[in-house]
Amino acid sequence: MSTARRPRITFEDIGDVTVVKFTDKKILEEQAIQNIGDDLFKLVDELGRKKLLLDFATVEFLSSAALGKLIRLHQRLATGGGKLILCGISKTIMEIFELTKLDKMLKIVKDEQTGLNAF
Amino acid sequence: MPESEPETVAEICFASDWPEVRRVQREIEQALASFAFPDRDQFYIKIALEEALVNAVKHGNRLDPLKCVRLRYTITTERFEAHIADEGCGFDPAHVPDPCAPENLERPSGRGLLLIRKFMTTVEYHGRGNCMSMAKVRTGS
Repeated sequence: MSTARRPRITFEDIGDVTVVKFTDKKILEEQAIQNIGDDLFKLVDELGRKKLLLDFATVEFLSSAALGKLIRLHQRLATGGGKLILCGISKTIMEIFELTKLDKMLKIVKDEQTGLNAF
Repeated sequence: MPESEPETVAEICFASDWPEVRRVQREIEQALASFAFPDRDQFYIKIALEEALVNAVKHGNRLDPLKCVRLRYTITTERFEAHIADEGCGFDPAHVPDPCAPENLERPSGRGLLLIRKFMTTVEYHGRGNCMSMAKVRTGS
């Protein structure tokens, strides 16, 4: 018998944009990152979403392993003609994106409304 | 004679599994908070510690629960230091590709060492590359 796991993300469709929010403050644990990745890829691969806006407003901490998932998601969306935008990133987490130069590769905007207008 | 500086020193040997890593992290986070390190310093140290412990447990010891990670840390009001050793084959950090190079930017891995280097004041690798030391000097207020 399989047990349902706790959802790591919630999502809402606003027009043709899917806004994703995270249920954890820390995106660290290998299994949690794997689950988040599975949920995000399911949105793209199974549910056919092409415009994803990831809202990090609740996230206080994330590791380099989580960055890897974001890169793969960006690549998957770009390959299929979709687009990934990130928003709501705290100043400290923004430092991680800047230091790793991922702020050059991924589109990052201030908040959800700006993100919705940026697709 | 001057008063000695308050200090926490601990030496831990723990199995290569995630619950143990989280337990050690919580212990150090509590100690850092008790020394009233600035929030930003605590964030930097937590990130560096996360990346270093993941490297030791996952890449060094390959999640083998029979292999241990040895961690020694010292916290004073001015400084955090950690020495981490795993039982793996080690690696040469000079041979790790620069994740910020344009040709590597889209690679999904290889950013942990960069974050450690950027967030800590000093980082050194020892032996065959299975031991590392890192230190963070407290930021002035």
